[in-house]
Amino acid sequence: MTDSPFVEVKGLSRVFDVSKPWLNRVLEQEERKLLRAVTDVSFAIGKRETVALVGESGSGKSTVAKMVVGLLPPTGGSVTIDGVDMWSIADAEKRQALRRRIQMIFQDPYASLNPRWRVGSIIADPIRTFGLAKDRAEIEHEVGELLRLVGLDPADASKYPHEFSGGQRQRICIARALSSKPEFLVADEPTSALDVSVQAQILNLMRELQDRLGLTYLFISHNLAVVRHMAARIGVMYLGRVVEIAPTQELFSAPRHPYARMLLDAVPDLAMTGRPRKMVEGEIPNPISPPPGCAFNPRCPAVMDRCRREVPELEAAPKASATQATACHAVAEGRI
Amino acid sequence: MPETPALSVRNLRVEFPTRRGTLVAVDDVSFDIAPGEVLGIVGESGAGKSLTGTAIIGLLEPPGRVAGGEIVLNGQRIDNLPREAMRHIRGKRIGMVFQDPLTSLNPLYRVGEQIIETIRAHLPMSEREARARAIELLIEVGIQGAERRIDGYPHEFSGGMRQRVVLALALCAEPDLIIADEPTTALDVSIQAQIIQLLKRLCQERGTAVMLITHDMGVIAETANRVAVMYAGRIAEIGPVREVIKSAHHPYTRGLMGSIPSIEGTNDRLTQIPGSMPRLTAIPKGCAFNPRCPHAFDRCRRERPDLMPVDHSLAACWLVAPQSAEARS
Repeated sequence: MTDSPFVEVKGLSRVFDVSKPWLNRVLEQEERKLLRAVTDVSFAIGKRETVALVGESGSGKSTVAKMVVGLLPPTGGSVTIDGVDMWSIADAEKRQALRRRIQMIFQDPYASLNPRWRVGSIIADPIRTFGLAKDRAEIEHEVGELLRLVGLDPADASKYPHEFSGGQRQRICIARALSSKPEFLVADEPTSALDVSVQAQILNLMRELQDRLGLTYLFISHNLAVVRHMAARIGVMYLGRVVEIAPTQELFSAPRHPYARMLLDAVPDLAMTGRPRKMVEGEIPNPISPPPGCAFNPRCPAVMDRCRREVPELEAAPKASATQATACHAVAEGRI
Repeated sequence: MPETPALSVRNLRVEFPTRRGTLVAVDDVSFDIAPGEVLGIVGESGAGKSLTGTAIIGLLEPPGRVAGGEIVLNGQRIDNLPREAMRHIRGKRIGMVFQDPLTSLNPLYRVGEQIIETIRAHLPMSEREARARAIELLIEVGIQGAERRIDGYPHEFSGGMRQRVVLALALCAEPDLIIADEPTTALDVSIQAQIIQLLKRLCQERGTAVMLITHDMGVIAETANRVAVMYAGRIAEIGPVREVIKSAHHPYTRGLMGSIPSIEGTNDRLTQIPGSMPRLTAIPKGCAFNPRCPHAFDRCRRERPDLMPVDHSLAACWLVAPQSAEARS
């Protein structure tokens, strides 16, 4: 990695207050309830690199995505993109300029396109907002080019979203995201609402566009196979924390954290190697009252006393490469 | 097959009459499931896999209707039964597991009440016997502290636990057949693996036939004995799961397998099938897959292929027809 990465996330945290209203709390003598959706998440993304976050529902991966693009203010930590802090007041002016360079692709292409707008206006919206074109003709030309870029026809600009299938809609979402000429795209489960054959089309398209336009991706997914296909480095999240971050090859060939091992073991195997599977015990605990110490300790096969008391730090495991880090006492002590 | 199949479907056809003409959503679908066997049904959305399931249990929403074919459950024809008789078969002889466990459980009743009610609707048991049996079932599906949890409401259970309860509900009258429609799609991978194993084990022990409908090939590879691949309302290929996954005969199946990213192997680019599945209003003439097929030739655009035997499978493709192989070589 170069000395200053393009995107740098440091100690990012987000707490949601999910308590009942004040009066109820007083009457029912209840405490405030805080949901720690994301706790102390740090990672960096180099230019033209794809970093992915995987995790099961409730692990906080979408909350991280929202904080990185600037849709949700963090309660702690910082997001720095190209040297500009996304959330500090001092950088407010620079941030405005930065906005254009960051875009997001959402999961559900049925919910993220306005059904009353024509596709052309949807794609042209960022161009107008950021004042990137001089006149109508230029906007129209630009929209046509974008549609061609994502594999649609320029004539589709005059249609409405309902005239398209799920995969085509996701292409429209990508065209819209690209219309402000961004350098950094955050994709939150971009293919989980799509059928596999369409998913393959979208994943291939996203990789082609990355090569062609030099994009940087933060890719969020629950699907390990998809993430493996897309990302150079992967962070595995569990209950709001990154428990392991490693280069893709390394994570899949030698996962270290017991949760990462468990997750890889649980994926249904298309290769039908008949490999023995360790059955996963238990479920994700309630994030409002997570277990003390390491959040994974109730399900962990290598649990010991220390895991129930101390939260493990994300650190390089013994005998691992410099870019790999695991948050596990057992790994740090070399027991597994 | 030597024994009578638990379920035999012959030339099933499901139609939806609309103002603009009749849509054929399931077209000439035939298959058997032996007792204790798991048949996987895969396909993309709109392929007709769920409708095949709902047609078998007689729960098609009007105006949809079974327009032809036969459904035979353990030797008894069930597609022409009156509603009342069908009601006794559903739940008793055919158990069902749906995608979202929260919608298959009534949120206003305790979990136990729902299981006991189902048991007593189908088996001659007293309240007390039924309760004991319900607890037994909950233990069997892996719910810890079943004696206590039986009096809980569905919202007190997590997604995976709810799906276990639904499984107990489906098994409670010892059915011959379980239709599981995307049973793990709403669950996380770690929980998904638990539920698949459970479904497989319980049905093997009891000799229950399973029709497993899913879009997830991984789940099929882990669970099913045989698999049927559906495309645009028809079966494109049906055969032993290993053969279909490893050496598929139909170009659609091959494309489908290639498009799935895997956690092993090192393919850089996923195979992609151009275009998308045709709408029911515009199913192409000849083979429905021909506009997307890389091997399509004249005959594919004219004639619709039927299922033809090849190796241990059946495939609906002119490429596997003996005479066309000669013609092309």
